[in-house]
Amino acid sequence: MKATRLISIDDLDAEDLALVLDTAEVMDEISARRIKKVPTLRGRTVCNLFLEDSTRTRLSFDIAAKRLSADVMNFSAKGSSVSKGESFKDTALTLDAMGVDTVVVRSGSSGAPLQLSQYLDVPILNAGDGWHQHPTQALLDLYTMRSHFGHLAGLTVTICGDIIHSRVARSEIEALTLAGATVRLVAPDTLLPTDLSAWTDGGNVEVITDLDDALGDSDVLYLLRVQRERMHRAFFPSTREYHRLYGMDARRLAALPDHAIVMHPGPMNRGVEITPDVADSPRALITDQVNNGIAVRMACLYLLIAGSEVDA
Amino acid sequence: MTLMLKGGRVVDPTRGHDDVADVRLDGERIVEVGPDLADQAGDEVVDCAGLWVLPGLVDLHTHLREPGFEDAEDIATGSAAAAAGGYTAVAPMANTLPVCDTAAVAELVERRGRDVGLVDVRPVGAITVGLAGQRLAEMGELYDSHARVDFFSDDGIPVTDTLIMRRALQYAARFDAVVANHSQDMDLTEDAQMNEGRMSAVLGLPGWPHEAEEVMIARDLLLAAGLGARLHVPHVSTAGSVELIRLAKQRGVRVTAEVTPHHLHLDDTVVATYDPVYKVNPPVRTRDDVLALRAALADGTIDAVATDHAPHPHEQKDQEWDHAPCGMLGLETALAVVVTDLVEPGDLPLLDAVAAFTTRPAGVRDMGGHGGPIAPDAPANLVVVDPDARWTVDGRALHSRAHNTPFHGETLTSRPVHTLLRGRFTLRDGVVADPKVPA
Repeated sequence: MKATRLISIDDLDAEDLALVLDTAEVMDEISARRIKKVPTLRGRTVCNLFLEDSTRTRLSFDIAAKRLSADVMNFSAKGSSVSKGESFKDTALTLDAMGVDTVVVRSGSSGAPLQLSQYLDVPILNAGDGWHQHPTQALLDLYTMRSHFGHLAGLTVTICGDIIHSRVARSEIEALTLAGATVRLVAPDTLLPTDLSAWTDGGNVEVITDLDDALGDSDVLYLLRVQRERMHRAFFPSTREYHRLYGMDARRLAALPDHAIVMHPGPMNRGVEITPDVADSPRALITDQVNNGIAVRMACLYLLIAGSEVDA
Repeated sequence: MTLMLKGGRVVDPTRGHDDVADVRLDGERIVEVGPDLADQAGDEVVDCAGLWVLPGLVDLHTHLREPGFEDAEDIATGSAAAAAGGYTAVAPMANTLPVCDTAAVAELVERRGRDVGLVDVRPVGAITVGLAGQRLAEMGELYDSHARVDFFSDDGIPVTDTLIMRRALQYAARFDAVVANHSQDMDLTEDAQMNEGRMSAVLGLPGWPHEAEEVMIARDLLLAAGLGARLHVPHVSTAGSVELIRLAKQRGVRVTAEVTPHHLHLDDTVVATYDPVYKVNPPVRTRDDVLALRAALADGTIDAVATDHAPHPHEQKDQEWDHAPCGMLGLETALAVVVTDLVEPGDLPLLDAVAAFTTRPAGVRDMGGHGGPIAPDAPANLVVVDPDARWTVDGRALHSRAHNTPFHGETLTSRPVHTLLRGRFTLRDGVVADPKVPA
């Protein structure tokens, strides 16, 4: 792999992206074995630096590293680097002094992984930063889509929900366009950035106002979590109205092409962006996404830590 | 003992003078200006051939951080930075601890400036007590004090209450004082971290819309127009703000405005580094805004370049972007940035650029006789600049206690060689003089 870090989808080119997904297939095969562990990263240390609450992503990275036999060090704190009594630089120098081989970082602050990378020579893997990026989420989603359809180029993926506050959306848009898919965004204008030109200029991203207009030719309907608190700051009037305009229910599921699938990065707000019958339908690949997350994170860890040493 | 500045290009916006001349000083005053002055016995001659001789620069918007925040800057280090940047007068903002909302604090700051003796310090008074936006500070006492405060601002905190703002303008009118309101609608900038636009969409940082500045400026312009009061708009950052001020000036509103070197130079693409050295209030905007600000400075819509010199200790800036404080150093790079960006490419005549640093800010408020002219009997507040000096900014080599310059690593053209405050060298051959009274 050419990339030496995974802070943003930007760090990958199309070739690297394909390599991650191909490698994840191998990792998936390992995960299907009775003994789900290989010695590949034995003697290597992965530090999970989690500066924001996370259970699912941290567990997923934890399992991924352990299946590769890496030693895992968990470093959790809430808030900013300074609020926990240590400067950002000192946190980085501490990790450096401990001789870790890679740092998986989650932060509520956009840009924190990039800042950390200024002080550390080891590969940085972004496990989600503020509203900025969540690249492994996008990669596991692409892996899920590719497994289902056999390809990514030419797919039409409609992303519906709270785009502006979503690091998943930013990574998803960039990864899908890199893979040659077409992206549609559906959201109330209050939940879209005011200037989308960075995405729409490329010609593969468009905004559609009405969800019903986007259903007929979508291959993937990708729903984003909508936090109920948003309505208190007038992003939308009520969850009831949000659900009516942007919620995925049985009627809308029926309007999708027969081959289309529904995805969600979790955790879901059942009854808001998705109804239980859709979430639990066989066309929703939500548990596949969680499962694929382990293989994709194994692939990322492997390629970033050992990938430079072996011929990929 | 007289001093002769020999053969420099003397640029004096008050007289529209831009030609080679000699300048003779005697003690604190200029005594003679003209081509080829005869040397007199006892003249100390400073060769200024190839150099610019300008009025000492005047900054309307400075943070010296003393009293209260001396880990970032104090009046001695800030004064040294000012002297190195060619300034002979600066106006420290009121957001100190305690706040400069009483004559006692203003006089302390002014006197401490005089003791250091490297730059004249002209304090800005708070509009409201404690910058809290509720009760008016005792403007009359501040005005009558030895610090002669005739310029009021709550600095980075906008006076949000429209009635308080109107009363402040009304009350200040009695002293013909100027009220400068930080133009930021706090509702529109809830959690805001950077300019709202293409870059904020990609970077996932909450956007700070340009309208947040413009609605506040529009409100204040309407209030000032109705009262005939004097309004100053600090650090204008958007093209829309420029249009509002231009229109108001055409209608005769008594408004002045300033722009910072960083808003003239940087656009929001620098935020992609997430380096908090670029975090500032108002935020750096788009390239279109930068170009509109440059045009506004050139056509006089914006009166002055002001630094908003805002030192922060490294440990405060070295945080996640959303936790880091806003602010940048400016005093030592301001003139060079404008020369490099605007004068050198031919977009702004030198005479106009110098006016934006001298006569025009000195016209906004009483800056104690600074800003020119370069003429007999005027106080000898001067800066001699090497226009050809090419230098690479090193944040650690600046005189400020903090190092948070956004220009670190950039190569700029022009640098002050000598600065003279009432005939005394505060900077000589690029070296800042010692403070008169050490801290």
